[in-house]
Amino acid sequence: MSPLAFDIAHMFAGALVLVSFMMLYQDRLLPLINVLSLHSLLLALSVAWQAHIQEKPDLYVTAMITLGFKSIIIPMALRRMVVRMGLHREIEVAVGTGLTMLLGIGLVALSMDLMLRVTAAASALVREDVALSLSVVLLGLLIMVTRRNAVSQVIGFMSIENGLILAGTGARGMPLIVEISIAFSILIAFIVIGIFLFRIRERFDTVDLQALDQFRGERR
Amino acid sequence: MSMPTFNPIIALLLTSLVAAAALAFVRDYRWSARLNILASFVVLLFALLLFHSRPPVNDLLLADDLNVVFIALNAFVGLTTSIFSASYIGHELETGRLTPGYLRFYHVMFQLMMFGMDLALTANNIGLIWVAIELATLSTIMMVGIYRTHEALEAAWKYFILGSVGIALALFGTILVYLAAVSTIGEGMGAMAWTNLLQHAAMLDPSLLNIAFVFLLLGYGTKVGLAPMHAWLPDAHAEGPTPVSAVLSGLLLNVALYALLRFKMIVAANPDTIDVGPLMITLGLGSLIFAAFMLYRRRDIKRMFAYSSIEHMGIITFAFGMGGPLGNFAGLLQMTMHSLTKSAIFFSVGHVAQVKGTQKIADIRGLTSSHPLLGWTLVAGVVAISGLPPFGVFMSEFLVLTSAFARAPALAVLAAFGLLLAFGALFLRLASIAFGEPTGAAATVRASYWPIFAHLSFVLIAGFYMPGAMTAWFQNVASLLK
Repeated sequence: MSPLAFDIAHMFAGALVLVSFMMLYQDRLLPLINVLSLHSLLLALSVAWQAHIQEKPDLYVTAMITLGFKSIIIPMALRRMVVRMGLHREIEVAVGTGLTMLLGIGLVALSMDLMLRVTAAASALVREDVALSLSVVLLGLLIMVTRRNAVSQVIGFMSIENGLILAGTGARGMPLIVEISIAFSILIAFIVIGIFLFRIRERFDTVDLQALDQFRGERR
Repeated sequence: MSMPTFNPIIALLLTSLVAAAALAFVRDYRWSARLNILASFVVLLFALLLFHSRPPVNDLLLADDLNVVFIALNAFVGLTTSIFSASYIGHELETGRLTPGYLRFYHVMFQLMMFGMDLALTANNIGLIWVAIELATLSTIMMVGIYRTHEALEAAWKYFILGSVGIALALFGTILVYLAAVSTIGEGMGAMAWTNLLQHAAMLDPSLLNIAFVFLLLGYGTKVGLAPMHAWLPDAHAEGPTPVSAVLSGLLLNVALYALLRFKMIVAANPDTIDVGPLMITLGLGSLIFAAFMLYRRRDIKRMFAYSSIEHMGIITFAFGMGGPLGNFAGLLQMTMHSLTKSAIFFSVGHVAQVKGTQKIADIRGLTSSHPLLGWTLVAGVVAISGLPPFGVFMSEFLVLTSAFARAPALAVLAAFGLLLAFGALFLRLASIAFGEPTGAAATVRASYWPIFAHLSFVLIAGFYMPGAMTAWFQNVASLLK
């Protein structure tokens, strides 16, 4: 593999980690959704690049799904939902930004140290890819833990999933990766529809029952 | 031209799929309930056929000594649950908690869930196992939220989010296993086939396998309901329809644990990996003791038995973590006994909650005098699940403890402490539910008793007598598990 091919793949994966950090400090929902869109766009580019250098045309399907579904359709749906539910003016009080960023840096250091150590036998591209994708996964988990709003939790989950797809495409010739990305897209579509139908605003605790009854066309 | 050879696994999987598709078009709930029973019965027949003839292993599906009994158990509990469900849902329609449209949806989801679980059990591909467990989880989430009350939606949402995080971690672990295998086995499907992985286990990268197992343990452990990833489990059991609680406890937890066991076999077959036993022992003991304490503060009867499931999953994980022929034997036996007993308990709890119109423990009293048959079957179930003789759970828990005492007495004392705690909590509650002045509605119950009797008599017989063939099978599998 040419050094340039490696450098470009590495750049995309590194950029994903950077964008994950951008998610950590967004305390308003609409900018957070924009960052998610950027995150998915970078993943699509990265997957397309992997398809090119590994000569695996089926990975282009994954890239297209990522671009169309996760970078355009879902963010649009989320944006409309946030505006409709009147959440766009709210500021989400997360754990302090400084502390979250420090935790994030710690997690990235942890995953680098861990993954580079255990993948000593694999090729440089695979090692870097897996280490960076674990960082993305852990940062996504951190987003899910520090947020209360259902929409930002979904965004955290989607960034975890982006990290997994990055790992899957980086692992040489992993089969089923296209199927898995489709399965994940269905899962996310379900979550988003669920939030929309049931107006789930916050993590587990508030469901607006009145809205629900209206939706069912009956009132108790 | 040769006929394509008949493959019981494919027939079994297709039956559930076709039934799910057909059930979407049946309007009358009586017919759909009957069709549901029929499909489950056919699945059981195909599952039993696997004992007789096993199809050749390919890269996607396999039937071996480890999974045939789980497939049969799955099919059996699926059948009894479909029979229980037929009598349960009639009542739900009458009280208006479910509408015919939702009922149709429920039946489709039930068969889809059975398909997902059977696919996970028969899959020979670590990616396919993952997809199948995701499918089974998604369909149970749908069923948990089906009452669409505030609590049911909350439970479904919680299950959804925690389950998704679990599934994400499990996928990362799966990718790492593939990475560990790809340099030895080569790219492509072959490096995801479980039989290939086991065969080449000694040559796989040990450090990658170690870290992969940690992710798999956390990911699938969420589905098993191990503490501290258990938070979805009590809600999902309490708020969904009772047949779903029965299959969740009886089957889905087992399927997730089965997936973990498959991976444990690969890790154990590699001499340079860490011993994963202590990890499983820690999670298992933690869940056991935590759940035993939590049992004391429960006010909802289904929630209480959900915590009892966490407790039992803890014991089973502990047993497999101790390992060795006796520990694995005890774990397998406990898995079977727990799934039969717990689903029987949920069957009777379902009828109790329907006849009393509540799930609150405080409002259910004197069941043995108001509804003798139902009351006494519940008593028998609780006696069995708390590990008293003469039931089979006693045998398996006794084996777990003796095998643990022989190897690590301190851990065995902890496990025994947890079991005693849980025993105390269950009996404390049972005394008020089953005996004393009856309260609440005394309407007669239209229950289908034979699923409960079938399960409990199996458990009872296992307490007295294990057929030689069965013991031999358990021993054989236990030695495979290392």
